Amino acid sequence: MKNPVIPRTVLEARNLSIHYGDSAAVSGVSLKIPEREVLAIIGPSGCGKSTLLRSFNRMNDFIDSCRFEGELLFEGVNIYGPNIDPVELRQRIGMVFQRPNPFPKSIRANITWAPRMAGYLGDYDELVERTLREAALWDESKDKLDKSALSLSGGQQQRLCIARSLAMSPEVLLMDEPCSALDPIATGKIEELIRGLREQYTVVIVTHNLQQAGRISDRTAFMYQGDLIEIDQTDRLFTQPAKKKTEDYITGRFG
Amino acid sequence: MRSLRESCIRHGLLTSASISILTSFGILFILIKESLPFFEDVSPWEFLTGTNWAPLMVPRDYGVIPLVVGTLLVTGVAALIVIPVGSLAAMYLSEYASSRARRILKPTLEVLAGIPTVVYGYFAITVVTPALRAVIPGVEVFNALSAGIVVAVMIIPTVASLSDDAMRSVPNALREAAFGLGATQKEVTVGVVYPGAISGVMAAYVLAIGRALGETMIVTMAAGSTPLLTLNPLDSVQTMTGYIVQVSLGDTPAGTPGYMSIFAVGLLLFVITLSLNLFRIWIQRRYVRYDT
Ligand SMILES: Nc1ncnc2c1ncn2[C@@H]1O[C@H](COP(=O)(O)OP(=O)(O)OP(=O)(O)O)[C@@H](O)[C@H]1O
Ligand SMILES: [Mg+2]
Repeated sequence: MKNPVIPRTVLEARNLSIHYGDSAAVSGVSLKIPEREVLAIIGPSGCGKSTLLRSFNRMNDFIDSCRFEGELLFEGVNIYGPNIDPVELRQRIGMVFQRPNPFPKSIRANITWAPRMAGYLGDYDELVERTLREAALWDESKDKLDKSALSLSGGQQQRLCIARSLAMSPEVLLMDEPCSALDPIATGKIEELIRGLREQYTVVIVTHNLQQAGRISDRTAFMYQGDLIEIDQTDRLFTQPAKKKTEDYITGRFG
Repeated sequence: MRSLRESCIRHGLLTSASISILTSFGILFILIKESLPFFEDVSPWEFLTGTNWAPLMVPRDYGVIPLVVGTLLVTGVAALIVIPVGSLAAMYLSEYASSRARRILKPTLEVLAGIPTVVYGYFAITVVTPALRAVIPGVEVFNALSAGIVVAVMIIPTVASLSDDAMRSVPNALREAAFGLGATQKEVTVGVVYPGAISGVMAAYVLAIGRALGETMIVTMAAGSTPLLTLNPLDSVQTMTGYIVQVSLGDTPAGTPGYMSIFAVGLLLFVITLSLNLFRIWIQRRYVRYDT
């Protein structure tokens, strides 16, 4: 069956290269990410997954040695072009990191801090409840919203970090190995959560766990030594990869 | 052989630690012992609540409050300057300065922190006081304001440097989290880094206040030696330390209550500073700390 509507492209990389000093971390990557897709990025350690992901909301700006070439379009606008405010960009493209990093504030304040800075005018209690529900953390935290976020378990902290990102109503959510510090049960909860997010958000997730990529993503991109080797529908990439390198990687022959 | 060396090192370290602790107790012991005869003449109540300090006149009066208020006035002026300026300087150093600017500024601060206080004293009476008198009417030749300002100038480098250390020990992951939510540099600094460093920053403030309370040379030179009870920083005052210096250098015969009073004042200062340090330890226990 053919999809009658061609989905809008949200993010597009055109011949993107990123260097740290003299060494290339990402070389000539081009890809398009349509609206409401979950895209998984896989590849061996050091192949440039995090570097690519962080370039999508300009988190590499903070690294002095990092140089950027090519174009990165968000909603058709080059985000490395002039007149782009990275602060505003990051409000629209949120990020969840590998290790849970809640602020040493209350659970509630973790969620409300950024919206308050951005001048959110809605009801804050409603915002806290809605995002905690979306992140499947409400039942566990509703009675201790004013307790420190550091009193939560690692898996709960990571879900809080996701809720915190959702509170800014981003259009895209970038996740860098969000489950790597978590046990299988917490991982399962977060995977379920990501499947639910697809209804509203575009998600780009870096993962080392191939089964995880298979479970949650629509498409998967395979990177190797800074190159984008292959990007395809997840089931196809895993069952009939077009490139030899991809096949070697997913069958565990290296990496 | 190795175990012998290890045990020598251990005992050496233990001895050094004990020496500094024993010294503190020794000081406390002497202060108490020397002020006991004073408290036989003057009741502690009279000493602590009296509002007239005239130990060298007849009739004598030993109400320490004017000295305490004089000390707090200078300290208050200093704190009002040190806390905002020191914090802003630390925020700049830790979050805004390029690594090159930092490499120059941080050692400069540490050099500033090592200038002898007598230099600051001269700076107070030759620069700050005349400038104040030119601008504000009613400033006396010796006044608490000038002393407080210069005490602040002396302490700012220490507070800035310590607060900078505290802010830099806040994990980068928290900055990334905040930037990733679309916060500005200012919001990250004020809303995440500063509160994240609060235990270290508060410790720096308390240390600064302690140094202001105990500062001697600048206040002796610039604040005056008139123990009048006043809250006006433009007036001449006398601090507890200033009084101790005055008597120690003067010709008050040892053994008289006038002379003994310096130990009582010293004991009071010791108790105030000790409580401040206990408060600092309490703060440091109370807030999160990060391992770096
Ligand atoms: N801040 C940095 N400064 C210099 N080089 C860096 C920096 N960050 C990453 N690199 C280098 O860039 C390359 C890509 O790193 P990146 O972190 O993007 O890899 P990755 O695919 O995310 O790896 P992993 O799976 O281990 O997280 C690596 O060779 C790495 O050494
Ligand atoms: Mg990575």
